[in-house]
Amino acid sequence: MALPELKQSTTEARLASLSMPAGGCLEAARRAAISRVQATGLPDRRDEYWKYTRPDTLTVAEAPKAAVFDSGEEPMFDAFDRIKIVFVDGVFDAAASDDLALEGVSIERLADLAGKDIHWSKDIYGVLEARGQSPVERPLAALNTGYATDGVVIHVTGRPSKPINLVYRHQSDSSDAMLHHVVKVDSGAEATILENGPAASRFSHVMEIDIADTGTLHLVRAQGRDHELRNATHLFARLGRESVFKSFTLTVNGVLTRNEAVIEFLGDDAVAHVAGACVGDGDFHHDDTVFVTHDAVNCESRQVFKKVLRNGATGVFQGKILVKEGAQKTDGYQISQSLLLDDDSQFLAKPELEIYADDVACSHGSTSGAIDEDGLFYLRSRGVPEAEATDLMTLAFLAEAVEEIDSDDIAASINDRLYGWLARRR
Amino acid sequence: MLEIKNLHVKLEEEDKQILKGVNLTVEAGKVHAIMGPNGSGKSTLSYVLAGKDGYEVTEGSATLAGEELLELEPEERAALGVFLAFQYPVEIPGVGNMTFLRTAVNAQRKARGEEELSASDFLKVVREKAKTLKIDADMLKRPVNVGFSGGEKKRNEILQMAMLEPKMCILDETDSGLDVDAMKLVADGVNALRDEGRGFLVITHYQRLLDHIKPDVVHIMADGRIIKTGGPELALEVENNGYADILAEVA
Ligand SMILES: Nc1ncnc2c1ncn2[C@@H]1O[C@H](COP(=O)(O)OP(=O)(O)OP(=O)(O)O)[C@@H](O)[C@H]1O
Ligand SMILES: [Mg+2]
Repeated sequence: MALPELKQSTTEARLASLSMPAGGCLEAARRAAISRVQATGLPDRRDEYWKYTRPDTLTVAEAPKAAVFDSGEEPMFDAFDRIKIVFVDGVFDAAASDDLALEGVSIERLADLAGKDIHWSKDIYGVLEARGQSPVERPLAALNTGYATDGVVIHVTGRPSKPINLVYRHQSDSSDAMLHHVVKVDSGAEATILENGPAASRFSHVMEIDIADTGTLHLVRAQGRDHELRNATHLFARLGRESVFKSFTLTVNGVLTRNEAVIEFLGDDAVAHVAGACVGDGDFHHDDTVFVTHDAVNCESRQVFKKVLRNGATGVFQGKILVKEGAQKTDGYQISQSLLLDDDSQFLAKPELEIYADDVACSHGSTSGAIDEDGLFYLRSRGVPEAEATDLMTLAFLAEAVEEIDSDDIAASINDRLYGWLARRR
Repeated sequence: MLEIKNLHVKLEEEDKQILKGVNLTVEAGKVHAIMGPNGSGKSTLSYVLAGKDGYEVTEGSATLAGEELLELEPEERAALGVFLAFQYPVEIPGVGNMTFLRTAVNAQRKARGEEELSASDFLKVVREKAKTLKIDADMLKRPVNVGFSGGEKKRNEILQMAMLEPKMCILDETDSGLDVDAMKLVADGVNALRDEGRGFLVITHYQRLLDHIKPDVVHIMADGRIIKTGGPELALEVENNGYADILAEVA
């Protein structure tokens, strides 16, 4: 079927601006992904899935510029004992990175796979992404599979003693980066991955996560403080029996962020939590789009998203829980809430449940509101100044999302950043 | 200590006059009680003194130790020493009780130009005061008032009062919803704070609290005014005969 003319020309222009890294075991997956993009075209504003978020700056051939912002802050997870892997404007920086050897895990660069004809990641790369293309198309993810220049390929075989930290640095105001990570967690294995920093002026990110029976993965992301960033990220997670996946994403600032998460339960008794907290001010558009598919018995999914919006910022949430026939005893929870600090900001939410099993417990709720005046007065009547009381109430609002992080230390560092963001706006 | 003169207050949103000329002076070191029928304006008076939005002062003044209160923000009044124990303490999900207390204590110290309490000093003081009020460690950790029983909320108000050591304590029906033992705890908490430099305004419907907290002066409020003032015997009269006689007397 022919694509609409504008979609066709945008897609062609974007494809023509990129070149596919050739060779190695992933080439077939890349070619297949590019065909998917050609077939569907890149998203445009007429697509239902992009009703609340304009994709044009994500699909245009040349990335809009984004000024590099020096926050003067120490990078988020510097205080933690971790393995650091640094990408500058999407390019691996060996000198700034740690040695990748760590017991319980093997870490390789995606770019190095071009020289390998056989590699385990072939069974995951582009495979989970392709599964995630139905029932809803995600052409930006397919584009990433086709053209991603680098990334990390992580195989968790045991319980590495420290987290793996992907550190992103933004150095050029016209950088346009595409990274694709693959994570495979073996049965009984457990790891924590941290991602932080502004990756590039425009950043396309895909992480495919395959968790075997009884495996566990924690993922905590912080997307950097630069104001003009454009981020399109995708998590594709496939969960085996009794496995656990917990992810949390912090977003402060950035003109446009679209964070998609596609979770699929294939084994019984598994748990997946996807959470996010964002705070945005003015020219800030933040979109969480989540799709959870229950295709196994007695699995638990939680989606917890909180957004604080000021000065005309926009928050979007599209979250779906699909419970397939036979996925009995599903426990699905979804909450998306925004705190609007003024009348100019807005929150657009589309929560959806689609259930084909009869013995399930699913709940969803979406709210949008201002700070509770009674609570504010109560705090002030005890001597807490208005600005501080407002911040306290705001952090309290975000707490339910931050609490999804299992590690108290990591949660505390996220809270510090949130507090800092609020304090700078007093 | 607290001097209220000819205070007139109406609702901001509607044209409804609630306080119609309240005159009241609470001296330092004294306990004054206010009784009065439902809807007479007792809580409104306490809110206006604490600085809640939604009310408009159309006439009159209220000063604390000579400082005009009504122009100030609620936090400024608190720093001067005003404390209101709420009739309905507010639940604040997500803010830990301990964090709340420490933030409040330190904010007031800062406003008064005093040094902040260190985390360990603070903890020591809180634990000690919480213990006398039978507030356990778990309640201190939980979000402010969330899931607290009615009595626990009231005890938590008294704990805040004990931590903040205000000059002027206004207690709005702190006895309602308390069992006999809890009432005793609360009264002991108040009595422990009785001091030459501190005034109390205790709003209540029942004599029972006043058995424990012996007031120096009792006022009767009706329809937005103090209509009668007397000694502790006035509270007994209300307990025995209700308000009918007093209301008839002034009518
Ligand atoms: N925000 C408000 N909106 C509407 N009416 C109000 C408001 N605040 C107070 N009122 C009215 O003002 C009057 C006085 O109320 P207030 O709560 O001060 O009485 P009270 O003496 O404390 O009564 P109670 O003994 O029942 O606690 C009542 O008629 C009440 O309905
Ligand atoms: Mg009242």
